[in-house]
Amino acid sequence: MRYLPHTPEEIQEMLAVVGAESLDQLFFPIPPACRRQSALELPAPLSEWALDARMDALAARTAVAPQAKVFLGAGSYDHFIPAAVDALAGRSEFLTAYTPYQPEISQGTLQAIYEYQTLACRLMGTEVATASHYDGATALAEALLMAIRKTGHRRVAVSRLVHPHYRQVAATYLHPAGYEIVELPYRPDGTTDLSTVEAEPDLAAVAIQSPNFFGCIEDLAAGAAAAKGVGALLVAGFTEALAYGLLKSPASQGAEIVAGEGQSLGLPRSFGGPGLGMLGTRQAHVRSLPGRLVGKTVDQEGRQGFVLTLATREQHIRRERATSNICTNNSHCALRAVMYMAALGGTGFRELAVLNHDKAAYLKQALAAAGHRVPFTRPIFNEFVVDFGTGFEAVHRRLQDAGIVAGLPLEADYPELAGCYLLCATETASRQDLDLLVKEVSR
Amino acid sequence: MNAPLGTTGLILDEPLLWERGRPGRRGACLPPADVPPSPLDPELCGDGPDFPDLSEVDLVRHFTRLSTWNYGVDTGFYPLGSCTMKYNPKTHERQAALKGFAAAHPLLPASLCQGALQLIWELERDLAAITGMDAVSLQPAAGAHGELAGMLVIHAHHQHQGHQRAKIIIPDTAHGTNPASAALCGYRPVAVASGPEGVLEPAAIEAVMDEETAGIMVTNPNTLGLFETHIREIAAIVHAKGGLVYADGANLNAVMGIVDMAAIGVDVIHLNLHKTFATPHGGGGPGSGPICVRRQLEPYLPVPRVVKDGDQYHLETDRPLSIGRMGSFHGHFGVMVKAYSYIRSMGADGLRRASELAVLNANYLKEKLKQDFHLAYDRPCMHECVFSDRRQAPFKVTTLDMAKRLMDYGFHPPTIYFPLVVHGAIMIEPTETESKEDLDRFVTAMRAIAEEARTEPETVKSAPRYTKVRRLDEVTAARKPCLVG
Repeated sequence: MRYLPHTPEEIQEMLAVVGAESLDQLFFPIPPACRRQSALELPAPLSEWALDARMDALAARTAVAPQAKVFLGAGSYDHFIPAAVDALAGRSEFLTAYTPYQPEISQGTLQAIYEYQTLACRLMGTEVATASHYDGATALAEALLMAIRKTGHRRVAVSRLVHPHYRQVAATYLHPAGYEIVELPYRPDGTTDLSTVEAEPDLAAVAIQSPNFFGCIEDLAAGAAAAKGVGALLVAGFTEALAYGLLKSPASQGAEIVAGEGQSLGLPRSFGGPGLGMLGTRQAHVRSLPGRLVGKTVDQEGRQGFVLTLATREQHIRRERATSNICTNNSHCALRAVMYMAALGGTGFRELAVLNHDKAAYLKQALAAAGHRVPFTRPIFNEFVVDFGTGFEAVHRRLQDAGIVAGLPLEADYPELAGCYLLCATETASRQDLDLLVKEVSR
Repeated sequence: MNAPLGTTGLILDEPLLWERGRPGRRGACLPPADVPPSPLDPELCGDGPDFPDLSEVDLVRHFTRLSTWNYGVDTGFYPLGSCTMKYNPKTHERQAALKGFAAAHPLLPASLCQGALQLIWELERDLAAITGMDAVSLQPAAGAHGELAGMLVIHAHHQHQGHQRAKIIIPDTAHGTNPASAALCGYRPVAVASGPEGVLEPAAIEAVMDEETAGIMVTNPNTLGLFETHIREIAAIVHAKGGLVYADGANLNAVMGIVDMAAIGVDVIHLNLHKTFATPHGGGGPGSGPICVRRQLEPYLPVPRVVKDGDQYHLETDRPLSIGRMGSFHGHFGVMVKAYSYIRSMGADGLRRASELAVLNANYLKEKLKQDFHLAYDRPCMHECVFSDRRQAPFKVTTLDMAKRLMDYGFHPPTIYFPLVVHGAIMIEPTETESKEDLDRFVTAMRAIAEEARTEPETVKSAPRYTKVRRLDEVTAARKPCLVG
């Protein structure tokens, strides 16, 4: 095996040093009753070339562009990734390093994550941002737990227009410890109905996603006011980080905690993971934050350097009283994100956000012009809901067989929206692709 | 002073990202705007984020320079105990980057993602075979996330039995993530000390296990690198009171093909694909922390589950007893592709041989270093061994000093000050991918440092000298945090 360097002679020499006669004898501390009785049952090992063939065959059984036209968003977005991002992130000094616990030989990771934290703050409008979480759903769940710790309240209100998976993850995280989640309904225009908030007792957080699951841009300032009115914190979620190239940042509208998904920032969709959990807040809340933080300092000669800091919040110091159990996070994904944000720059990021907005707006208008009902009137970013009617299922399946995925059916998560589909268009969809979709669904 | 074995080379300075660039530069192309503009209500628009504008060359130089300040497994020996920093095969990157994997949308209809679902299903079967367990979920995103999933499974089991419990037994050698994960389920940790041999003693468990205790979290081999020899007896004690045994599988690399986790009484175990199964750590993730369970706990596993029906695969979410969803989609699929590639490249014999050589390497280092360093438990170890700075204490040289000095010799330091039960711990895990000559070079460096500690302690105490920066002021960093530029 090419990863195992030992020659038979070396094994013998080393066994002699250890005082064992065979490799098997090294395991004598393990009682016989704990041992396997037979060899592992696994497929025969593959050579590098045979592995390539196997993986090519598996990968070929997945529908991707350009053969397939996939108009799906819903928390995972198709964006171009510059080759420079792949090349730089692929440098093995970054890829094969451990968590930077030894800062003197980890300054590359540390400075890059400090830069990520900074650009993430500039995007979300927050004063601090963590080094990363697993994904948008777990970042939001951790944000809700943080609000519970900050306020001492035991219930959270979560909009029904927060991604359904994110709401489910919040339930997984909150229910065992006895915290309660109440759902906020939505209004006919496709935004969260805040009118029930004031009647809810003991609220730690009001959680709103913007753009929400329907692609609609929420009024976060109204959400912040409603939360403040009952002594709760506004937790603003997002699944499409690119939206903040165009929209007002969540924290600038009064969100106390911002938590979302950074996959759009240079990460391939990769069947849903790894993604990038982004979490930010105000400086005043920093000691309640879950997850790692990189800070700037100086070395003994006064030179600028970076370290992991405020570790007393974390599990390896505080154990069961830690602000989270998170240890390994998604550092390399944050690295890709800072590279991507830097590749576009402020100017390019803005232009790309505008282009994404325009593509989805074009598709939305074209579908409406073709006679399809667009149920929600609120302005959107990147994705939107169309009511194709309950008979559309057969068309959707026929198109699927032709490699066109005409949106995500919403009925499973929103039974009142039978016949409605969530469609997404980013900069990767050409006008021809969009026109083709309109033609196919309108036949 | 001996000449350092590592080369010092050229270290270039590099400013912060936003100290580079000029407004209007561009490091990435945008596609042409082929649709008409559709202005958004200005009330909703912000100014856009204040990112620096860089050219592609600015970008490439910046991050290439930063990368040279890092030390990775590809740079050299990385003996971090309990972290299993083995070589990360290059072919894994090729496989994960295949368009059919990297560009796949997670919500594709099942008929359009059969390859991805098949890979998940087969990897689950492979991990079940390797551990001896019955069912696997690849949903958890990292080790601590797997621990949380495992604890939630135990919590759901007790809930379903009709009596929730309040406590969980956690040995003093455990990773800090164990108590933190248990706390998220509302369980209060009950600490148990390991015995004089460095392993848990059944009597200590018997004394605390009761019907208000949900179970035990045990790392085996433990963080002293020792196999918990009484594990079956301990599991029987826990099971007799209706508790469950959770195993932290961070140290699985010692026992692949050798120990059957079901046979030793484990009910739930999490694995770290980024340790045992050779996927890169990425400077702190992404990892992947699947959990493997016995048959009776399968109904509690996270959703969605990948199900094989004839020769077709699909996802199921309708599992009423499930602990629920753990993440946005299906876990870290990109990491799973790499672990799958590793298992299929190694095969059954290769994985067993990896464990054998990992244990050989650790015992070899233990024998070679115990003349110069105090060995906390002088008995045959598994994949790692734990020394301390007791012999260097008379010269006022600490574990931290020696760790820093190792950098000057061109090595990444071992894990230090963990496990907490060994004062000044130096925890060394060489892994199987290190050759004898690399181990010998490390031994030479460690012995040279032991000699320096005796003869010129200031050299060790003032290390490192040849790194990008020297020791950093961590106290001020925490007292006056500067987290954003």
